[in-house]
Amino acid sequence: MRRAIVIAAAVAVGMGPAMLLSASAASTVEVVSFATPQQENLYRKMLTELRCLVCANQSLSDSNAELAKDLRGKVQKMVAHGQNRAAIVAYMTNRYGEYILYRPRFSGATLLLWVSPLLLLLLGLAAAVRLVARKSSRSETAYSAAQLQKVGALLKDELN
Amino acid sequence: MNRFTAPLWVFLSLIVLLGVGLTLNPRELPSPLLGKPAPSFALPRLLAPQQNFSTAQMQGQVWLLNVWASWCAACVDEHALLLRLARAERAVPIVGLNYKDDPAQASAWLQTLGNPYAYIAVDRRGEVSLDYGVYGVPETYLIDQAGRVRVKQVGPLTAEIVEHSLRPWIQKLREEA
Amino acid sequence: MIAELGQFALSVALVMALLQAALPLYGAHKNIPAWMAAAKPLAYSQLFLLTAAFASLTYCFVTHDFSVAYVATHSNRSLPLLYRISGVWGGHEGSLLLWSLILALWGGAVARFTRRMPAPMTARALAVMAMIGGGFLAFILFTSNPFTRLLPAPLVGRDLNPLLQDIGLAVHPPMLYIGYVGFSVVFAFTIAALLGGRLDAAWARWSRPWCNLAWVFLTLGITLGSWWAYYELGWGGWWFWDPVENASFMPWLAGTALLHSLAATEKRGVFKAWSALLAVLTFSLSLLGAFLVRSGVLTSVHAFATDPARGLFVLIFLAVICGASLALYAWRAPRRVSPVRFALLSREMALLLNNILLGALCFSVLLGTLYPLLLEAVSGVKISVGAPYFNFMFAVIGAPLAVCIGIGAWLRWKKHQLAHLPRSLSVAALLSLAAGLALPLLSGKYSFSVALGLTLGIWIMLTTLAMLWARTARGARLRDFAATPPAVYGMALAHIGVGVLIIGVAVSNAYSVEKDVRIAAGETFSLAGYDFQFNGTVKAPGANYESIRGEFLVRKNQQLVATLYPEKRTYLVMKTPMTEAAIDPGFTRDLYVALGEPLDDSAWAVRLYYKPLLRWIWLGALLMALGGLIAAADHRYRPLPRRERETEMPLRH
Repeated sequence: MRRAIVIAAAVAVGMGPAMLLSASAASTVEVVSFATPQQENLYRKMLTELRCLVCANQSLSDSNAELAKDLRGKVQKMVAHGQNRAAIVAYMTNRYGEYILYRPRFSGATLLLWVSPLLLLLLGLAAAVRLVARKSSRSETAYSAAQLQKVGALLKDELN
Repeated sequence: MNRFTAPLWVFLSLIVLLGVGLTLNPRELPSPLLGKPAPSFALPRLLAPQQNFSTAQMQGQVWLLNVWASWCAACVDEHALLLRLARAERAVPIVGLNYKDDPAQASAWLQTLGNPYAYIAVDRRGEVSLDYGVYGVPETYLIDQAGRVRVKQVGPLTAEIVEHSLRPWIQKLREEA
Repeated sequence: MIAELGQFALSVALVMALLQAALPLYGAHKNIPAWMAAAKPLAYSQLFLLTAAFASLTYCFVTHDFSVAYVATHSNRSLPLLYRISGVWGGHEGSLLLWSLILALWGGAVARFTRRMPAPMTARALAVMAMIGGGFLAFILFTSNPFTRLLPAPLVGRDLNPLLQDIGLAVHPPMLYIGYVGFSVVFAFTIAALLGGRLDAAWARWSRPWCNLAWVFLTLGITLGSWWAYYELGWGGWWFWDPVENASFMPWLAGTALLHSLAATEKRGVFKAWSALLAVLTFSLSLLGAFLVRSGVLTSVHAFATDPARGLFVLIFLAVICGASLALYAWRAPRRVSPVRFALLSREMALLLNNILLGALCFSVLLGTLYPLLLEAVSGVKISVGAPYFNFMFAVIGAPLAVCIGIGAWLRWKKHQLAHLPRSLSVAALLSLAAGLALPLLSGKYSFSVALGLTLGIWIMLTTLAMLWARTARGARLRDFAATPPAVYGMALAHIGVGVLIIGVAVSNAYSVEKDVRIAAGETFSLAGYDFQFNGTVKAPGANYESIRGEFLVRKNQQLVATLYPEKRTYLVMKTPMTEAAIDPGFTRDLYVALGEPLDDSAWAVRLYYKPLLRWIWLGALLMALGGLIAAADHRYRPLPRRERETEMPLRH
């Protein structure tokens, strides 16, 4: 099995950020050229947004697995033929599923993923504002109640 | 549940999730092709290079598409099983898709190990395989009479997969027809 | 023999840990001074025993004792001495041992430097740390023993992964672990305070320097990892949003929030329950990181060779430690909202806002990391969450945070009149907006992300400097600068670091130029105004590898800027090809050359990079760490006012 399901037999120290241990750490350098800089940008962008399916966790641009090379070639062809991001994403997901996308598409299944951090942020802000409001109102009433009692007692004393 | 116990409940559900996660296989990848038409192609045949194999030929039949290569070690593992499948009674035709391989070596390989395939299409540059979303050789697809993919198996076939997945499907498809 | 000694030391350490977890806790409960006093000597014994165990394993590495299985699989006869020493933590078992040793070090430090802390508090805290230590020791002894013998012993050893044969392995994991594990101290203080019912300003005061210190090390550890990845991997990236990186980043985000909320708790007695919860969460996230890395539950490029038994052990350990802490929190956290009042515009509110934003960031990292798992468990659908998601979240949530940094440090405690915010703030806002919007014009390629990054970065720097300036009075600047407490300088430095980092990230992301080119010996390629002349390759043998080394002369305007020697190495034992990129670092830009594949006689596929302001990313992080260190030192050595010391001394039971 030259490529296939062999995924990085990991030998390594863990926990550290960024010690990418795939089967090999040789960088992938491919000479590609495009008609326009826009095409080249799209190509580079797509490579970082698509996942190498047989690697541990690497984008197409970082991997030198055979499959990644083939997929890079496909992306290159599609870009050179003037196809846009949507067309490339559609091609890839039709064959490999949503798993290949590092930017998950907005859908029912990913609704929580995209929305909940922002929702949490709003909830937090609301709670903070409420805390301030509650604090000021509660301590003020407590203060005035105590005050009232004291005043009442004093008045009583005065009257007696 | 109040705001003091909430963290505990959230944490406990996280632990359950992680526990479930331990039982999942991170390597398995469901194919989006399931239930969808198998990409059609026409490629030269390995043992008769002047002729083409075309998916149109298989219209109306239940058939297996097996992606293999002579350099692929795991392909050897499933080979005996493929041969048995091909020779069984009421066998479904098996079409081989020879993936990024040297034709001479591929032929030699079949000569040594036996040939289970009704046809073998040569995918020299892996373009058709890319269409099928192949990511690990060997891969096997069960395709129905209407040309839809019903089962996709990544990695070598085993007797268990044949018994519990392929055979019931084939039976069902034939009954429906 | 030495390996057995190490094994013995580990076993005794486990027994000591169990004693340390039980005796002082019971002593504190029943108020038995002698039992409480046992905590410190037990903590020192842990430190001694783990040092012995660690030294034993190091000895086995240095002397090539391949009859120890772990040494045989992680070292080799030809491995240079430095990598034999750092190779001790080059794999799962050894890195766990390092983890335990560092925990013992923190335990020893707590025992040594908490003389003024009430005895029950110290006793309980050390007991909690021993529970954690005991769990890890059991993990090592029962599932991941580094001293297991391998007989017959191999002659040469399987070698250390070539990627790890680097100074990065020597410095990055220890720093990172010191950070991770350091948060166990604050965690232990918090549990002790919850147990003792004394979750108060004094608890926050004890916790702050430890929290700062752990945070400093975690910051350094993450920075070193990022730097290592950048130069060692040949791809020029410095952050990949890999699950394992996220595992180290989540405690950092939570720890940063904790740092800020503890300030409010100490100074104003607010957010007690919240700070306690954050302390528990920060360390829980460290443990979660250990689980993610060692269980194989997520697909990561970093993962250890995984084993479900190990995953299950860490999961149960995580469930017990964190579950019990959160249950304790639910039971004992102060219910009463502290009566201290503060207004919408106040330092308290700014710190709260900081916590909410950091909390949302941390949550987005956690969610993005675990969502694929969640979705698969629930529906069987597989998705990936990668850099685009995290970058989006950090832009959306991080930008308001950056704005807050600029204002927060100006605000007074309790209540700040809007009218009292100095005019200099509006000036700073206008200046940074103008500079941020205008500066990208100079590059010839306008980028809105750069405009945003520059605006925010300059805003933070201007407001922070102005804040320092405003602390001084005309005519007495020097005196007032000298009188400004170090903690304020620490904060200012750390905040400026954030600004520097934001600018570095924005500019290097948008304006990096990357080119894969075919280049033959004698040819020149121009990139971003630099001419790279390729002078061909030579063979250059190394200690335990063979290498092909290229030579590049880099010129700008005909002036020689740098000579770069990228290499392609093949390590002899593992036969692994390695790309050693050559980098010319600079304050304003990095130039980066990596050799790809030879194409024909003298031509190579070569990757060239021009990365402007890349160093600012790590410079910013270093400033943050330095700021944290200064602040920690300030707290650490500040003697308590007599009045407070007296009120803190009595034991309450």
